[in-house]
Amino acid sequence: MTSAPPNRWRYVSANRRVREDRRFVVGRGQFAADVKAADTVHVALVPSAYPAARLLSIDPGKALAMPGVHYVLAGEELAAATEPLMNGLDTPEVRRYPLAVRQARYVGEWVAAVVGDTRALAEDAAECVEVNYDPLPFVLDAEEALRPEAPIVHPAHGSNILLDRTFVWGEVERDFAESPRQLSFRVVWGRSATVPVETFGVTASWDPWREVLDVWASIQMPKYSDQIARALRLPASVVRVHQDVDVGGSYGVKRGIKHTVLCAYLTRRLGRAVRLIEDRLENMRAGDAHGPDRIFDVAVAFSADGVVKSMKIHALDNAGAYAGRAPFQLGKPVGAIVGPYRIQSVEYRARSVTTNKAVQEAVRGFGQAPTNYAIETAIDKVAAALGLDRIEVRRRNFIRKEEFPYLIPSGTRYDSGDYHTVAAKVLDHVDWPAMQEERDRLRQSGRLAGIGVAACLEPSGGNSSFEPLLNPKNTTTTWMESCRIHVDALGHIVATVNTTSAGQGHETLVATVIGEVLEIDPDGIRVVRPDSLESLPSNSPVGSRMAIMLGGAAYNAAQKLKARLIAIGARQFGVGDEAIVYADGGVTTATGGRRLTWLDLVTIAHRNWHLLPPGSEPGLETSHVYQVPTGGTLPTPDGRVQMYPCHSFEFHVVLMTIDPDLGAPKIHRYAIGHDCGTVINPHIVKGMTLGGIAHGIGAALFEEFVYDDEGQMITQTFMDYLLPSSLEVPRIEVVHHCTPSPFTVFGQKGSGESGYLGAPAAVASAINDALQPLGIAVSKLPIRIAALGDTIAAARSSLKL
Amino acid sequence: MKVELAVNGGRQIVDVEPRKTLLDCLREDLGLTGTHAGCEHGICGACTVLLDDEPTRACMIFAVQADGYEITTIEGIAPAPGELSVIQDAFCEAHGMQCGYCTPGMVLTAKALLRHKPQPSRQDIVEAISGNVCRCTGYGQIVEAIALAAERLAGANTPEGGK
Repeated sequence: MTSAPPNRWRYVSANRRVREDRRFVVGRGQFAADVKAADTVHVALVPSAYPAARLLSIDPGKALAMPGVHYVLAGEELAAATEPLMNGLDTPEVRRYPLAVRQARYVGEWVAAVVGDTRALAEDAAECVEVNYDPLPFVLDAEEALRPEAPIVHPAHGSNILLDRTFVWGEVERDFAESPRQLSFRVVWGRSATVPVETFGVTASWDPWREVLDVWASIQMPKYSDQIARALRLPASVVRVHQDVDVGGSYGVKRGIKHTVLCAYLTRRLGRAVRLIEDRLENMRAGDAHGPDRIFDVAVAFSADGVVKSMKIHALDNAGAYAGRAPFQLGKPVGAIVGPYRIQSVEYRARSVTTNKAVQEAVRGFGQAPTNYAIETAIDKVAAALGLDRIEVRRRNFIRKEEFPYLIPSGTRYDSGDYHTVAAKVLDHVDWPAMQEERDRLRQSGRLAGIGVAACLEPSGGNSSFEPLLNPKNTTTTWMESCRIHVDALGHIVATVNTTSAGQGHETLVATVIGEVLEIDPDGIRVVRPDSLESLPSNSPVGSRMAIMLGGAAYNAAQKLKARLIAIGARQFGVGDEAIVYADGGVTTATGGRRLTWLDLVTIAHRNWHLLPPGSEPGLETSHVYQVPTGGTLPTPDGRVQMYPCHSFEFHVVLMTIDPDLGAPKIHRYAIGHDCGTVINPHIVKGMTLGGIAHGIGAALFEEFVYDDEGQMITQTFMDYLLPSSLEVPRIEVVHHCTPSPFTVFGQKGSGESGYLGAPAAVASAINDALQPLGIAVSKLPIRIAALGDTIAAARSSLKL
Repeated sequence: MKVELAVNGGRQIVDVEPRKTLLDCLREDLGLTGTHAGCEHGICGACTVLLDDEPTRACMIFAVQADGYEITTIEGIAPAPGELSVIQDAFCEAHGMQCGYCTPGMVLTAKALLRHKPQPSRQDIVEAISGNVCRCTGYGQIVEAIALAAERLAGANTPEGGK
């Protein structure tokens, strides 16, 4: 179907309310913990005390003797009855089950599950389960894990290497040899995650008479019901996931497949509904929801005037004890491996290793935020090496707007953009010369002050091309999303969202898009979420995809509906479809005259077979399953692939100071130039942008899952794992620009990740600008206050300041 | 043990274990699931309720300790079914949320702030909500929502939210 013409929207881009908000402000969301299933029992977990240990015995006797305790489940029973959880790589000897099987591989890993009448009782009983451990050697550091003598986390796999793949796109060695300047450096992205305020929770209930497994979960996961069915060796047609459960934040991580398989097994075993709501401790140490933990070794080759010719990025990621989604988070960045820059050749080595840390899950951006930090650091270093202005070096390297669609070396064609204009607009907005004067004034007053800049590319429209890229046995080339529209006999519209939402406003999106196409007030359109048995295919809101994908599905379903209304009208007027004018839900002929209203057309569809065009189906219903724009092809043998269809762009500028005595950083001003094409709902895009920046500030300054030398996680609570509060997140100024995508129905692109993708690089850039007079730099995130204070003190001491 | 709790203008007798938190009691015994568990160690503020109009973390006190206080939960804020208070409406107007999980605590914290300071500065708002973690919004639209509510309440010249 053709794209709608630009700048003619009624509802798209209008400042309309987000319909989901009404239920939340009165406390009437329905979150996983709010679900009440009849006859429910509760799960608590026995955590491994060791980072690596053989499980010699698990004695449930004392626990089972407690009144109200129904069952203690250990790993061997569960593993015998289920398939290993999917990881997507071809690593059959790295088996992961919900409960450890004979060996525990990280502190907190579940070694047994206790079922009781209440959660409190189950927790009491879990403390009485006696586990006899035989501690084993362990490894926590990714580089250590590569050494030949390192303990192997999965001995049957033969090494700790899950993935080691080197891609060479273009003439890298030639470009390096021919470039007059080169530099190399290391940056480190510490292990953090998006840590939603709601932990993961699930209730599973097996009905043996209907043969239905009901699941209510705080989930954001593609193919969730398929994976449950596969693990339990059930047909997917018996797994009913209730998608009207509100998800209390996710940003990628709410993928409690192991929790779900555990509860699903228990409900089938016990014949009662089984509920597991993580407490915060379980969530932090064994929710298997950590994010990338990554070392980058980067080399760049560039000209004397700062034009980057080639780049080598070697990324080593510490996956933790099982594969999870960690390896694939090295794959998605391939789709924007040069950022917004015209770098003509790239070598990218992606390595993922197992260690005795907790498991990673998808985290906002799916590996793009760490990669962007590495790329932006490279650009800052090129500027510094040449004594050039950082902005000017970016200008010289940006892809130019007339070059789009632009093919990058790794095979993705960027859709559209105007990077120079976005950067110029935000620099104008902050008055760049004045901001530099302000920084210098702050420095003269005795503070360390710096300005950070970071450009950022946000691939959007989530496809799964990284799966066939990293696993040749995987031939997935579609990652569809769907929408169904039904108009009842009285003319009211009901449309579907076929997945869960975690605050992205999908109901508002669908109503807005359908209202736009049908020229009907979106407020009158009901949007529902069928359960998974009644749903059309979906791949859930991952990869900044729903404005593009769900918006595209709703748009096309509405266009089909409109075409049906036009055909009905044409039949009544005895003209061809092309002679019909559709407006405001009704039709006339191009020559004017009688008008058929929405209700007239609906009535014919529902009641007047004799008036319907020949070959029509009665009633009024359409659906559309939408393929990812530009998707559909497998990677080439040398690893080139169209990753995602759309590419939003942001340019971050931040002014910071650091207290020279305490090391405490402070953000004075934060501005972002933002271009995600056509905005469907301005409130939603603004919230995503600001919220992503807050996450990025957290990853840059505060948040880290830290393990001590004994493999114990020492940031298990919100007193140690620090989340930015309203005092740490500054007022953020957003400067808009709109470069529509040629590949989407309204020109929209994704906006769910941009803040998070650019903010860490921008904050790091500001801190290094502030530290530059001391001759030092930081190269690891998060930049924690204590470490920063020590670094500054040492530098001042050596400079005798 | 039995305890009589004054919740949202009514009185209810519940029979709870002494170790049960007010949070769990509200959710499990009284069915008031608008109060949410976030960290259960007093940091995130998702479980915020008002005790005698003051924001209190319901995960940090036992239900039996709440005896003698007037407890207000998010369910006690809307003036009538289907009708929002001024603060709730301002949160919708500014889209001061995304997933909605921290929202009840934010709305109640805002209500207490505006009772003390009907015309708060931006800094007052930022400080008031600094004990309530939101992972979605970066706080910007929440601050806007509370400022908008203050403005509307000042213009309305009526007590906060009508109740």
